[in-house]
Amino acid sequence: MMTASLNEYVIISALLFCIGFFGVLLRRNTLVVYMSLELMLVASTLALVAFSRFNNTMDGNIFVFFILTVAAAEVAVGLAIIVALFRKRHTVQIDKLDSLKN
Amino acid sequence: MPDLAQFLFLLFSIFTVLCAVGVVVNKNAVNAAFCLLLCLVGVAGLFVQLDAYLLAFILLLVYAGAVVALFLFIIMLLDVQGRQSFGFSGLTTFAGLMSFALLLTGLGTIAVRGHLDAPRLNRLAADGAHMKLYAYHLFTTYLLPVQIIGFLLLIAMLGVIVLSKKHDGLEDLK
Repeated sequence: MMTASLNEYVIISALLFCIGFFGVLLRRNTLVVYMSLELMLVASTLALVAFSRFNNTMDGNIFVFFILTVAAAEVAVGLAIIVALFRKRHTVQIDKLDSLKN
Repeated sequence: MPDLAQFLFLLFSIFTVLCAVGVVVNKNAVNAAFCLLLCLVGVAGLFVQLDAYLLAFILLLVYAGAVVALFLFIIMLLDVQGRQSFGFSGLTTFAGLMSFALLLTGLGTIAVRGHLDAPRLNRLAADGAHMKLYAYHLFTTYLLPVQIIGFLLLIAMLGVIVLSKKHDGLEDLK
């Protein structure tokens, strides 16, 4: 039986990470930027699971377990910050949140 | 003729990458959130192919169930999709594309030429498929991180409560 090799999983993971990075740089809506950050996090977990599977260890899987927990907490705090920001400034567009610039 | 595992890998990876592109280029934030949901389903399919059934289930439960739902809730709460401008300046798009290409070249070189030699999967035991191993590792080697994660979740919960309260008393401090 032929299955996908480790290289193919790492390539998919790298591609997902780069797409997320592109989204972070390109988008102006804070919520979409945050979604792209989540995409980068998920891409890294895919690489961890692939390495763990192909090296016959459990450590990568356990790390992903922890990463998923931390990501849930991180999303809750980040979205609370975005809501607080929106309450203060009435916008979530990044190019309008530049009061530290001047 | 390609076999079923190869076909499923191709299907899930193409689906995942297309949905990830959909997250980035979608004008509407609600559509982007739904693309993120589909992308996570594809990643969960790839986890199943890597025999990490528990992680695939947790990914669907935590990410698709809780995180994307929270995102959709916040998007609808803020109601910003009508008034957002999507006009990219040419310089931003160019810089984003350049850094995308550079990062992809670097990571792709590691993936393709990095000598990531690994044996064929069917000769290895699927460790991630056993629940007992997760429990064993979490309660022996990683016992301290589990407790730290517990405290982290508690602190995050307290932080969210503090952040979402209205601080009327702080107005006179300014």
